[in-house]
Amino acid sequence: MIKEVVSVGLAVDECLRIKKNVLQPEQLTGDEKRICIVTGTHGDELEGQYVCYELNRILQEHKECLKGIVEIYPALNPLGVDSISRGIPMFDLDMNRIFPGEENGAVAEYVASQIIEDIAGADLCIDIHASNIFLREIPQARINVNTAQRLLPFARRLNLDFVWIHAAATVLESTLAHSLNSIDVPTVVVEMGVGMRITEEFCHQLTDGILCVMKDMGVWSGEAIEPKKPIISQDGEVGFVNAEAPGIFVPCVEHWRNVQKGQRIGRILNSLDGTVEQEVYAPIHGMLFTLREYPVVSCGSLIARVLGGDFE
Amino acid sequence: MKKECLYTLKKQYRDDLNIYGYRFGRGEKAACIVGSIRGNEVQQLYICSQLVKALKRLEEKGAIVEENEILVIPSVNHSSMNIRKRFWATDNTDINRMFPGYHAGETTQRIAAGLFEAIQGYHYGIQFPSFYLPGDFVPHVRMMETGFQSHDLANHFGMPYVVIRQPKPIDTTTLNYNWQIWNTNAFSLYTSATDRIDEDSARKAVASVLRFLTRMGILRYTSHSGYLASVIREEELTNLKTGQSGIYQRYVKPGEEIHQGQILASVIDPLEGEVLGRIVSPVDGIIFFAHSAPLVMEGTIIFKIIEQLHE
Ligand SMILES: [Zn+2]
Repeated sequence: MIKEVVSVGLAVDECLRIKKNVLQPEQLTGDEKRICIVTGTHGDELEGQYVCYELNRILQEHKECLKGIVEIYPALNPLGVDSISRGIPMFDLDMNRIFPGEENGAVAEYVASQIIEDIAGADLCIDIHASNIFLREIPQARINVNTAQRLLPFARRLNLDFVWIHAAATVLESTLAHSLNSIDVPTVVVEMGVGMRITEEFCHQLTDGILCVMKDMGVWSGEAIEPKKPIISQDGEVGFVNAEAPGIFVPCVEHWRNVQKGQRIGRILNSLDGTVEQEVYAPIHGMLFTLREYPVVSCGSLIARVLGGDFE
Repeated sequence: MKKECLYTLKKQYRDDLNIYGYRFGRGEKAACIVGSIRGNEVQQLYICSQLVKALKRLEEKGAIVEENEILVIPSVNHSSMNIRKRFWATDNTDINRMFPGYHAGETTQRIAAGLFEAIQGYHYGIQFPSFYLPGDFVPHVRMMETGFQSHDLANHFGMPYVVIRQPKPIDTTTLNYNWQIWNTNAFSLYTSATDRIDEDSARKAVASVLRFLTRMGILRYTSHSGYLASVIREEELTNLKTGQSGIYQRYVKPGEEIHQGQILASVIDPLEGEVLGRIVSPVDGIIFFAHSAPLVMEGTIIFKIIEQLHE
């Protein structure tokens, strides 16, 4: 059943509408658990679109196995998805910096407050992101250290490769996940793939994981796989590589591979004079879980992140 | 006057970004003034260029009090301004959301760090920022309630209003907030425009800064006394929203006195021309902020009003 979460009139004959699809058993007992799958906060991140489609398809093909309520919100920033803009188009705002919003505030804040109100009370929320157009990520959960205890049991079962437990930062208090966690809706942020693209294999991997968690929670009685055991890491063991010169980055290793400390990851090239501006090396020994996808780099552009340690 | 390059970002496909500072006087780090950080802040750039011109003349006349140094940085992000973008040209991030910055971090974190290093340690920090909603303000000084701020000092600009804002999490990465955390008295000056030049409010802004510097004992300059500022807390402003969307017609300007029941604006059907609704003032007061774009969405805050208290 498709429902409108919030709608706001635009200037000429159109409304900004945020919609969700509510899937539930035909007979409700009143004790059903409720899971919200949300994505599309950043209009240039599309991996979640395919996950939403797949979940919709699987759940509707096996209605008899649905024992709880699943709500799918494919586009929290529909105008952004439509216009290929990361933020909310008219406001030039990162939508993930305005939560929990304000009912009486400006339009974007009002919309944010209605989203929170709609999700409030859910037993779990999964907020699917897809990095950005610059970086490719392996399927991972991102969890603030303060919520780790509560969220790890869910994050471990999502069939992800990696769970990154990061330090808290004041500025991140305006994210959807932080706002929901603080009103007792456990919310796991998933980052995977790359902006403006769909990586089918990652989408299937996460869809399988969501079905596992649904089964754990008694929302789904259909088939579910035994999920992968993710690598779990705290902040300290992550090495960052940033460009120290502008140019064109060409990698020479593959994403999601082990690298040795000092091993060459790629080069930054100068297309005007044919020189190599920078040889880029791994800062520590470990696994390359983030790799630059977009070739043009400036001084400071992130090129890679390496998780320290030995991995198979 | 000494012009120096405070920070350079090397670029491959276009000229390097050089952030210039203009130093006046010498000695104690007395005041630092930062202009445009976003690419659409043209008014802010213009005001600072006028300040550089005024301070240059004043310095030549010996009007800078001994043992005081003033630093003016008119433009931080002309890489974006030159191609008419508001945020950082390559990744659309906002430099004014990157403070205090990080030297080994991403591009805009590096720019923020480079800038912040050059502008730390001043007694007073004055910034000309812009608001995220498109519209015009009554000229005012804005301060963040960090526990380090002082409203009394803000009065010395002689601007008509001082607005105190309770910082939200997103404010903790702005220049104003970080200046205060690092012991600089920070003020944000808002004039009536951003992406166009408003001569009158620019002139007043320059006069306000010179007045402030004079009253702080940094300049010897005869300035008009300016206004005795009213101090307002941001949350005390009355927000007026439109219930309709369409073409927007405004009948009042920021600074104008209005009365309860007065029609302030109309929203017109964008296809058929009929008036869909009128925005009527619920109170007596003064227009503090007014939406300026010709179109409005439903629920847009089109006015912020300073309510007049009747005694
Ligand atoms: Zn995202």
